[in-house]
Amino acid sequence: MHASAREDAPRAVVSLRGIRRRFGRVTAVDGIDLDIREGEFFALLGPSGCGKTTLLRIIAGLERPDAGRIFIDGADMTTTAPNHRPVNMVFQSYALFPHMTVAENVAYGLRLEGLARAVIAERVREALALVRLEGLEDRRPDALSGGQRQRVALARALVKRPRVLLLDEPLSALDARLREEMRLELSALQMRLGLTFVLVTHDQDEALSMADRIAVMRNGRIEQLDEPEGLYERPRNRFVAEFIGKINFFDSILEEVDEEGLRVVLPGVGPLSLPVRCLVTERKAADLALGDALTLAIRPEKIRISRAGDHADADSDLFGGQDKADVRLTGRIAEWAYYGGISHMIVEATLPQSGEVRRISVVFQNAAKETVEAFDIGDAVVLSWPASAMIVLTS
Amino acid sequence: MKGVLLMKRRRDKGGGPVLAPGRAVWLKGLVALTILVLHAPIVVMMVFSFNNSRRNVVWRGFTTKYYEQAFNDPALLEALINSLTIAVISTFLSLIIGALAALMLWRFRFPGKGAFEGAMALPLVVPDICMGVAMMVFFASIGWPSHLPWPLSLSNIIAAHVAFSFPFVAVVVRARLAHFNREWEEAARDLGASEWRILMDILLPFLKPALIAGALLAFTLSLDDFVVTFFTSGPETVTLPVKIYSMVRFSVTPKVNAASTILILLTVVATLIATRLQRPEETARAEMAAQGGGQG
Ligand SMILES: Nc1ncnc2c1ncn2[C@@H]1O[C@H](COP(=O)(O)OP(=O)(O)O)[C@@H](O)[C@H]1O
Ligand SMILES: [Mg+2]
Repeated sequence: MHASAREDAPRAVVSLRGIRRRFGRVTAVDGIDLDIREGEFFALLGPSGCGKTTLLRIIAGLERPDAGRIFIDGADMTTTAPNHRPVNMVFQSYALFPHMTVAENVAYGLRLEGLARAVIAERVREALALVRLEGLEDRRPDALSGGQRQRVALARALVKRPRVLLLDEPLSALDARLREEMRLELSALQMRLGLTFVLVTHDQDEALSMADRIAVMRNGRIEQLDEPEGLYERPRNRFVAEFIGKINFFDSILEEVDEEGLRVVLPGVGPLSLPVRCLVTERKAADLALGDALTLAIRPEKIRISRAGDHADADSDLFGGQDKADVRLTGRIAEWAYYGGISHMIVEATLPQSGEVRRISVVFQNAAKETVEAFDIGDAVVLSWPASAMIVLTS
Repeated sequence: MKGVLLMKRRRDKGGGPVLAPGRAVWLKGLVALTILVLHAPIVVMMVFSFNNSRRNVVWRGFTTKYYEQAFNDPALLEALINSLTIAVISTFLSLIIGALAALMLWRFRFPGKGAFEGAMALPLVVPDICMGVAMMVFFASIGWPSHLPWPLSLSNIIAAHVAFSFPFVAVVVRARLAHFNREWEEAARDLGASEWRILMDILLPFLKPALIAGALLAFTLSLDDFVVTFFTSGPETVTLPVKIYSMVRFSVTPKVNAASTILILLTVVATLIATRLQRPEETARAEMAAQGGGQG
């Protein structure tokens, strides 16, 4: 079993096999298999309470799994104490030692290794330079800002030169601006050091912008593991589709399916043909049966919005003539949130055949000043999109 | 409760006055009255220890001769040495037992924990006189040897003092432990610390103010205890409070005032030392740096 696990993942720094952890009646981690590759920026993403922190703590050794094995660099470390694992953690609360200065906090892990004083001093200096904290060596944690504390926690873990750096919601305590800044900085740091990072976050933007690969978790299980654009463009189920970004769902019925594509009926709208690549779930086209209920979904930014009346030439300019606007709905702008660069609108669209009113989320790029000023709440608009921009979910 | 006050003051630092007195005349009056009632007798007693008169009522001029008499009185000196010895040893033992009890109650869950906690708090509420009688009966019934050479002759008093002062240490340490962030411990372990290193590097430094406050409490409780000591001490062992009591029964002379003033001074000195030890670590580190050391 050990040997086979090693062969499974030759390049994995951390391998988890069948990890399970319960707290009383709550199953925090429910059977997780995962390989984290050497040098990647890996993110565990999921809503609060889905077991991300528990999984991270299991990797760190601060929590024992009830079942399953953990391999670090191929060695079984399931029962190894945290102080003997080559991983270090940045805690959500930072957990800086209040009675030590910045330099002492960072030096602590090295002092425990029994390194020479000069070596420690040099490595502490390096680590503090890495996180740009020079000059604050003698401050105490309570005399630092949130961002500075975060950097100390980072330096304290990095100075140990771990094989894997574990970060539990490292940016959640920072204000929005600083968070943005630290995101870029963390990514740059990870790339520069070539170190494996495992980041826990409930913030999809954070995961999408920083991680090479993301595992989306729910109820202690991994729902999908993919690269950011894979998760966004090809979510495997409704949960992932909804958790990552905004999306509009339509229930539909399968009418016809072959190797080329599928033909579905969108109730209230009519029949649609989609290429087979729109089918993003694990279920293959061959597994589908006529009459199956499918969920069609479209991302808000893939919907074209235009004023009622001037949509006649919309198809060609937006979709480059390759796709037609297969779906065309008329409606009114009900809500409009303006973010400067983009606007997020809710349009109350009327389905042509049934007359049913659906609220549809649309993201509109504020490319030209005039177009922004042209729209107002209550305006009649036309929404249109090509069928191929939709994705098909089976669950 | 001096130790507890010490801890409080540190936490309040920088927060500004909780209640701005402003123009609250009644509040100022109340404070003045409190100071008068609490401190005037002490001041009077101290002043009259320098009074050049055997009858302690009218001021007849300044003298230090009663201090000379006090320090030349072998019985008084012996009582002072006994008191200090008892206080130092019982403080040391109370500190260890109290801190361990607090750590155990904080760290572990075990059957009968609630009962244990309640029983431990008992000496805090049981009247001194009952403690004294109980101790006397206890030592008599187990036949504690009463004619031991010094300092073993103090052992029963020390045991009694530890019994009533370690719960104070435990309570103070426990209160501080409630503010310990378990993530510090986990962070230390993650950085490579063993249980022992966590105790030495993280937990004890965190507990330091509480340990100092607890030690101060234990020290002053022991130093000025009269009731329990009175019941447990044999005929040959006398402590300063007991000695002062027997002197007062004879007559209230300035020598009694002098002895009492010495007792107060000892308490004040202990408090000052504790305050110094509790000062924010910046000073301590500056001192370490001055001594030429880097980090500890
Ligand atoms: N030490 C614990 N004792 C009891 N329940 C816990 C403990 N740690 C976590 N849990 C429970 O396990 C679940 C997952 O928690 P956690 O891993 O912290 O989730 P996340 O980090 O994704 O928010 C939650 O329901 C939480 O209440
Ligand atoms: Mg968490």
